[in-house]
Amino acid sequence: MNTDGDLLHTVTTDNISDSRKRLGKLMVWGSALLCLSLAVIQGAYQAERINIGFETWRPILYAYMLWATALCFAQVIVNGEKGKRTLFVLPAALFVVSLVVFPLLFALYISFTDWNLASPNGPQPNGWGNLVQMWNDSFYWNALKNMVYYVLAVSAEYVIAFALALLLNAQIRARKFFRVVFLLPLMLSPVAVSWMIGKSMFEVRFGPISRLIREFGGEPTFFGNPEIARFLIMAMDAWTFIPFMMIMLLAGLQALPREVLEASKVDGASGWQSFKEIVFPLMLPVSVTAVVIRIIFKLKLADVIINVTSGGPGGATDSVTSFIFREYRDRSNVGYGTLLAMIYLVLIVIFVTLLLKLVSRWMERPA
Amino acid sequence: MTAIFKEHEADLRVSTKWWASRIAIYTALFIWMVVCLFPILWTITTSFKLAPDVMKGNLIPWWDFTPRWKGWESIGLSPRLIGEVSTVREEFFKRFWNSTIISISAALLAVILGSLAAYGLSRFSYRFGFMKNSDISFFFLSQMILPPVVLALPFLILYKSLGLLDSRIGLILLYTLMVLPIVIWIMRDQFQGIPIELEEAALVDGLGIWGAFTQIVLPIALPGMVAAFILSLVLCWNEYFFAALLTSSNASTLPVMVASQTGSQGINWWSMAALSSAAILPLVIVAIFLEKYIIKGMAAGAVK
Repeated sequence: MNTDGDLLHTVTTDNISDSRKRLGKLMVWGSALLCLSLAVIQGAYQAERINIGFETWRPILYAYMLWATALCFAQVIVNGEKGKRTLFVLPAALFVVSLVVFPLLFALYISFTDWNLASPNGPQPNGWGNLVQMWNDSFYWNALKNMVYYVLAVSAEYVIAFALALLLNAQIRARKFFRVVFLLPLMLSPVAVSWMIGKSMFEVRFGPISRLIREFGGEPTFFGNPEIARFLIMAMDAWTFIPFMMIMLLAGLQALPREVLEASKVDGASGWQSFKEIVFPLMLPVSVTAVVIRIIFKLKLADVIINVTSGGPGGATDSVTSFIFREYRDRSNVGYGTLLAMIYLVLIVIFVTLLLKLVSRWMERPA
Repeated sequence: MTAIFKEHEADLRVSTKWWASRIAIYTALFIWMVVCLFPILWTITTSFKLAPDVMKGNLIPWWDFTPRWKGWESIGLSPRLIGEVSTVREEFFKRFWNSTIISISAALLAVILGSLAAYGLSRFSYRFGFMKNSDISFFFLSQMILPPVVLALPFLILYKSLGLLDSRIGLILLYTLMVLPIVIWIMRDQFQGIPIELEEAALVDGLGIWGAFTQIVLPIALPGMVAAFILSLVLCWNEYFFAALLTSSNASTLPVMVASQTGSQGINWWSMAALSSAAILPLVIVAIFLEKYIIKGMAAGAVK
């Protein structure tokens, strides 16, 4: 579908008087000036140059919001009908820009300081110091390596989710019941899941799973062993998010053209053949979307790790996010933690861009 | 009585094959159902158990253990304590209320902002500097890959200087930001499915573009908006990372409360189970009754 065209084309004759235009501009620039001057005063007050100011920066926030509102209204006042169209996108754009771009710039600044919240000196620029520290921080590299494992686990989740979607798409009774049941894990908060499964069911002494293992004569170890711990984290995360992929794939399956499937049946294709030759290729676009979105979610994985293992044993289950979380919470190392996060962001952007490029090239290739 | 239609040998083979596939399908469904339900069942039953019952691994109420209210008493929610004053219960309800307010407002705000933006992007062509429509859409959707950890520390410091630390508004803003790309993704798909002729007719009849949007398009897109709202609600309700960093006593949400209990592990099985059950129950109910919308929301955009 074309998203770039002017689909709903309107032609309007706007007669906007000069005074109206001036009023709009005055609103924008006036509120901007107010916001800026308040910020300057507050900055000077915080730097102890002058002694009038506010307790917090909150009034500057209000002034900023006033400016944003004035900007929105001024669109209509200055541009008339065209401004009314801009008004659809402008609030969301302003919201995202002010909540993402400014903090990111700020993050860029603090990532090159040695800011520790516990130290009284406040932020001191330390050049490349943080980068050098990162280069030598084996725990960070270890966390990055773990992320690779975690992302690779998506492939297994995909297989299970596809199988479940096929099951739900088959001729079964009580389909709605099974759909609700299969959807349930997605509804549960990762924190509750980490208690319910990680801390309770996989408890070494009394948990039901360890009892089951003892019944068969084994000796259960769960979060003591690095490999098993990592696998369990993957499993718990998969348990919550498999329904997500399953629903997307199910929607794809239900949108498949019936005629093609029936034609293949008439031509005598077996179940496996029709899956391999028809269903799977037709499902590729949906699969790619589901997998890419799942990978994006996976890159944020933290809640379960923070709550079940806090990265242990020996950093075997650490994800980047949980590592930085502890870096901040246990050591208050804001500057260094932010640098790690920024590097992670750069890596993610590169990775996702490559992934999307690769996928689009691969999809264009005639099968 | 003789059989009029005799089963041919080939037909019998087909029928056994059919039965085999039936059994395989239902076995697989059943196994996965157990995988999905057992942790939930385990949590809910554990909240009614005493310590010996947990250790013996009794699972079925009234058959191998007698349900007790001990777990629920520890958060002040049992028939015996319901009439009395209980600080734990007040604490629980405070967290519950925080979670409710924060997730509902964030989801609402995201749906409003996101629907407007998605509608604009699907109907008009914009130019902001070098950015055209596809660039603006990409800008919004690309927020999805932004990991929360990048924003967390700058926000911590910004909120500290703004006096927004440990406040509901701070969390609402962040959560709105978090779910906005998803809302835009769903709603763009919804609006693209609405024929443009409807609005053209409305414009001819004398409505402005905003009038056409609120009176003609919104009622049609309402199911999609509900879907986006519920999906956002679920995501916000379950969010832990920002809540753990940015709130302490005043505005902290249910997941933070659940997580803060895990420190004393292995001891208070029943109270942890009761707390977890209480935290997941609202969404389980949402899932059961509004499953249609959740699936609709997630399916949108997946199929193009």
